[in-house]
Amino acid sequence: MTGSVAILGIVGLAVSQMLSLPAHPSSAVTPRGLLTQHFDDSAPNAAQVRRGQYLVAAGDCISCHLREGGEPFAGGLGLNTPFGTIYTSNITSDRDTGIGAWSSDQFYRAMHDGKGAHGEDLYPAFPYPWFRRVSREDDDAIFAYLMTLPAVNYTPPKNDLAFPLKFRTLVGAWNTLFLDSHDFQADPGQSAEWNRGAYLVNGLGHCGGCHTPKNSFGADKSKQELQGGKLDNWVAPDLTGNTRIGLGEWSVDDIAEFLASGRNAHAAAGGAMADVINYSTSFISDADRRAIAVYLKSQPASPSVAAAVPDAGAMRRGAEIYSDACASCHLDNGIGQSRLFPPLGKDAMLQQSDPTGLEHLILGGTRIGVSSSRPSPLGMPSFAWKLTDQEIADVSTFIRNSWGNQAAPVRAADVSELRKKLNLQTVRLTDNSGDR
Amino acid sequence: MLVGFGWTGAIMGQQLCDAGLSVVALERGPWRDTPTDFATGFAQDELRYMWRHHLFQNVSDDTLTIRNNVNQEALPMRRLGSFLLGTGVGSGGVHWNGQIWRFLPTDFLTKSHNEKRYGKKAVSAYDMTVQDWGITYDELEPHYDQFDKLCGTTGKAGNLQGKIQPGGNPFEGPRSNEYPNPPMLQTYGPTLFGKAAVELGRHPFPHPTGNMSQPYTNPLGAQMGACTYCGFCEKFGCGNYSKASPQTTVLPYLLQKSNFTLKTECEVLRVELTADRKRATGVTYVNSAGEEFFQPAEMVILSAYVLQNVRLLLLSGIGKPYDPKTGEGVVGKNYAYQTMSSVNVFFDDKLINPFIGAGALATVIDDFNGDNFDHGGLGFIGGAYIGGMITGGRPIEMIYTPQNTPAWGLEWKHAAAKNYLRSFSLSIHGSCMSARGNYLDLDPTYRDIHGRPMLRMTFDFTENDHKMSDYLTDRAAEVAKAMNPREIKLNRRTGSWSVTPYQTTHNTGGAIMGDNPKNSVVNKFLQSWDVPNVFSMGAGAFPQNAGYNPTATLAALAYMSADAIKSQYLKSPGPLVRG
Repeated sequence: MTGSVAILGIVGLAVSQMLSLPAHPSSAVTPRGLLTQHFDDSAPNAAQVRRGQYLVAAGDCISCHLREGGEPFAGGLGLNTPFGTIYTSNITSDRDTGIGAWSSDQFYRAMHDGKGAHGEDLYPAFPYPWFRRVSREDDDAIFAYLMTLPAVNYTPPKNDLAFPLKFRTLVGAWNTLFLDSHDFQADPGQSAEWNRGAYLVNGLGHCGGCHTPKNSFGADKSKQELQGGKLDNWVAPDLTGNTRIGLGEWSVDDIAEFLASGRNAHAAAGGAMADVINYSTSFISDADRRAIAVYLKSQPASPSVAAAVPDAGAMRRGAEIYSDACASCHLDNGIGQSRLFPPLGKDAMLQQSDPTGLEHLILGGTRIGVSSSRPSPLGMPSFAWKLTDQEIADVSTFIRNSWGNQAAPVRAADVSELRKKLNLQTVRLTDNSGDR
Repeated sequence: MLVGFGWTGAIMGQQLCDAGLSVVALERGPWRDTPTDFATGFAQDELRYMWRHHLFQNVSDDTLTIRNNVNQEALPMRRLGSFLLGTGVGSGGVHWNGQIWRFLPTDFLTKSHNEKRYGKKAVSAYDMTVQDWGITYDELEPHYDQFDKLCGTTGKAGNLQGKIQPGGNPFEGPRSNEYPNPPMLQTYGPTLFGKAAVELGRHPFPHPTGNMSQPYTNPLGAQMGACTYCGFCEKFGCGNYSKASPQTTVLPYLLQKSNFTLKTECEVLRVELTADRKRATGVTYVNSAGEEFFQPAEMVILSAYVLQNVRLLLLSGIGKPYDPKTGEGVVGKNYAYQTMSSVNVFFDDKLINPFIGAGALATVIDDFNGDNFDHGGLGFIGGAYIGGMITGGRPIEMIYTPQNTPAWGLEWKHAAAKNYLRSFSLSIHGSCMSARGNYLDLDPTYRDIHGRPMLRMTFDFTENDHKMSDYLTDRAAEVAKAMNPREIKLNRRTGSWSVTPYQTTHNTGGAIMGDNPKNSVVNKFLQSWDVPNVFSMGAGAFPQNAGYNPTATLAALAYMSADAIKSQYLKSPGPLVRG
């Protein structure tokens, strides 16, 4: 979504905020415009800059370094972490507020060691624990590309962190405890494609940033790589070979198609993954998407977890709600419409142990990621105004235990808590719902 | 510069962005999109959308004045009625039924064809001012085809490259391709209609629709889902992505374009011209905060609704206003409408279940449309399609009761309960020929919130229209009776046009196309004869209205205009046709 839509008038209601398309002033530089900008051979270090442009897409830099209504790469997006809100930095070429005065050495140090321009520790919300596996050559290319960006003079808000974490020196201790001391090591026993996939997934792609469960310090839980995580009230599903909650039922082609277009025969990329499609994986090459898929398909299945049997009453009530509220798109028996409205049977996302993602989807709705070949930002509407917490819990329980799905029942109290977090206690239908 | 963002704005935006132009669209109404503005959970709200006009123009801000003839004083339409004006992104393309028709080859030759077959008087009686369009069906066919592919039109071709096909409309002009999607499933009512029509020797076929019979991805990559037959299309947005609209078919593609900008809640007040009035320099618009801006432009494309396009031409002084007394001038001339009537059918023994419906769910016959039948001795030209149609069974609007049933009270309730599931309606969708006294101009008295004169509409049905409608209503009644119902009810179009009951939002003319500047506002590429960097889209270009829904034709005209702009105008900006 990089064409400009300027929406004047009243804005600011919860539902429309969540689903509105990014708005930019008509003169704005758009993410898609930047990521597809052509660099002529005559441009200085054109080959390096083009490579950097590609890597910036592979690293999904824009998803975080773009705030709503802001300029791409100028930062200012608040990342909600369990420790408080961290605002992303300005990485345009502006000398005062961006990284225009940095050297490539300084940039490499940030990417590799998590150090700022003056050697200060950066918070690991900036994914240097993954980026440290990126090669120096690639870092230099990224830096060269970022230096071509139009300078945007903008200072993001100050971080809003809980007391002790305000002291960046604590990050040093965190690094000692949790930072992988190794750069990327190719596995000679695996194919070049697998190794390329490993480099992307564990390096620039920083997939584990969301998809690996975190410990109480916000670091990856050891030996649980890509077994599913949680961020900002969304659940990032298990990406291992687990057939129920992971990618066990997906082929390499399925994964590649999903990354390219935000949709495939199994699922659609909503929530936070929509932006990954919008600003990252839809721009990388088919070869790289396949490499990622090959690597992910090699991940051993996470251990299976037994799920409690749902209450018959919840299942009955849930079936009725499904029929009234869901079946018009997802159809009877949850068969869905391929690549439009995902089928719901044997669905990994729906069966995640943590049902937050499903609850969030029903409460707030979502819009799926787009690409040039699949531009429709198909949306799931919000049902927060229509369904009670108990109804959302019942229909979630029903969906999680129908058509081959099996997962723990959902509790109304959890839906209630999430509703508060998302500030969806009272919602009007749309911002212009006042009938005349 | 696009003024208005409905169907023609979307089509021109896509075509001109692809040609590399920098395109800015200004839409007076709000941003609208499927999951936020008409999600499945609340889209089917008849009170809100149909009766409280949620998606329509707010007549307390802007309306038009109306009269039947020049001897009356026109008064503002203070509540929408006969037609429901759209606003907002997608506009009428959001709340249409998705009825996608091509006009007949002879419909583009209304004057010359009928004159040749029926004599001079046939086209000049009743003060008619019908004209030829200045284009042929064959010229337009590739562009109809483009629109079909954009929308994923469902249907069955009746004439493929000149070969008549079983199951389709044998009267239609030749199609280069079969419909992109198969017809919708016909429910019981339309099926009964089709059987009865066959018994009478008619040629029934499934109505072509922009409601999807199956999931569809169009050439721009935009995706639509299968229709659920919920029966809430006209006056409603579709929550299932199942109805072709600018939102479902074009916007996803356009929003990826860096050279496209859409600004909502920005209303264009007038087109600005150079001192010699031969060139537009841009437009003046006002935003929702009441601030005025000038937007410069190399080309101005009026892509608002018919009535707004004509008004902007008049307000901006582009072209000579029409004068019904002298017949001189062109802007506002040949305003026309659609002549609608219906026949309700009531059964005792058949459950029609009208709540299973869709905007264009119908079996239709075209035996009495255009010049598909001999008009000799009938005293009119034109015709209508007749459709056994179930657009829905919306409980407030669409409960049919037999003749002489009271409009309220216990007796009405009993009749409603008895007949709701066992009745439906045949729609007679008739042409409307232009006439000397039917036209649009600026009202001398009433002004909108911006202080601009309102548009004044002077219109009544002609005797030609009434004769046509009566004849066609009788033909529909024959089919209705052949279905062996308990009873039928004829709803004829009688008397003067009234602004109160809803008829249809198919307003046409006023900025008509033609082959020379004396008889038309725009040339065949919809380019102003007077200001060649101004183009006026839409059904305003129709010199008179045929017996079909106008959308596909106005969309095809937009594609044809875009083609001429890309292939000729951009290389050499100036008149595309010498006047």
